[in-house]
Amino acid sequence: MDQSNPNLSIEYIDSVAVAVPTDAKILDEDQIQALEKTFMPLIEQTNGIRLLIDFSNVQFLTSSVLGLLIRINRKVLQSEGRLRLCCIDPKILEIFKITRLDKVFELYQDRQQALEGF
Amino acid sequence: MQSETVYTKSCVIPSTAAAVGQLCREILDTARERGFGEQDLFAIHLALEEAFMNAVRHGNQSDPSKNVTVELLITPEKFDISIADQGCGFDPEALPDPRQGENLYKTEGRGVLLIRAYMDIIEYNTMGNCVHLVKFRGKGLPVIQ
Repeated sequence: MDQSNPNLSIEYIDSVAVAVPTDAKILDEDQIQALEKTFMPLIEQTNGIRLLIDFSNVQFLTSSVLGLLIRINRKVLQSEGRLRLCCIDPKILEIFKITRLDKVFELYQDRQQALEGF
Repeated sequence: MQSETVYTKSCVIPSTAAAVGQLCREILDTARERGFGEQDLFAIHLALEEAFMNAVRHGNQSDPSKNVTVELLITPEKFDISIADQGCGFDPEALPDPRQGENLYKTEGRGVLLIRAYMDIIEYNTMGNCVHLVKFRGKGLPVIQ
């Protein structure tokens, strides 16, 4: 796993990988590529990964990030794992609702709820 | 504080992430200085990012020798911008709905949907390589049913 990405912190809670993007705004292609380069090996190396992405720090994102989340979700499902998202700012949650991706991803209000039964 | 004057800016930038990022920041700073609220700014920011990405990546194929032309007008009532690329254009009415069926699982194709949701006016020229966007002051964020 690439732990060198300063834009993402990863910790394990009861064997759930909790990934926290640290940037307040994710919009630039370089940021998205850097996140992808960290997420993909992490998922490949852990068969059946349980991955929680905590968006506490994120206040703005673009449709390119939604594309990244779909690629991450595909990869997680290929490895027979599960992906959950939590702590999404209400303004960003609207983006998920407009695009109906709130029906694709498992979204939780806070980290504790997301970890329950995961 | 809301400015009572009219602000205009015209510029031509290369199709690079750096040029687009810098212009986007300048435009948002100007809108903020002229009294647009945080919800309007969020909507404008999202629409700008998506429109510039479409112009650079899809219109100009990320070719840095091709330009993006911007015409900006900010009045007490509205934020009004036109963004043109040098590509061959597209038919926005022919875009598949990214919320339907298998499109929901595609990694691209949501930009125009988001621009439509967050801006009050979105219109294209006949060729489809210039988008005109308007946000009326105080309209804020879309209301999702």
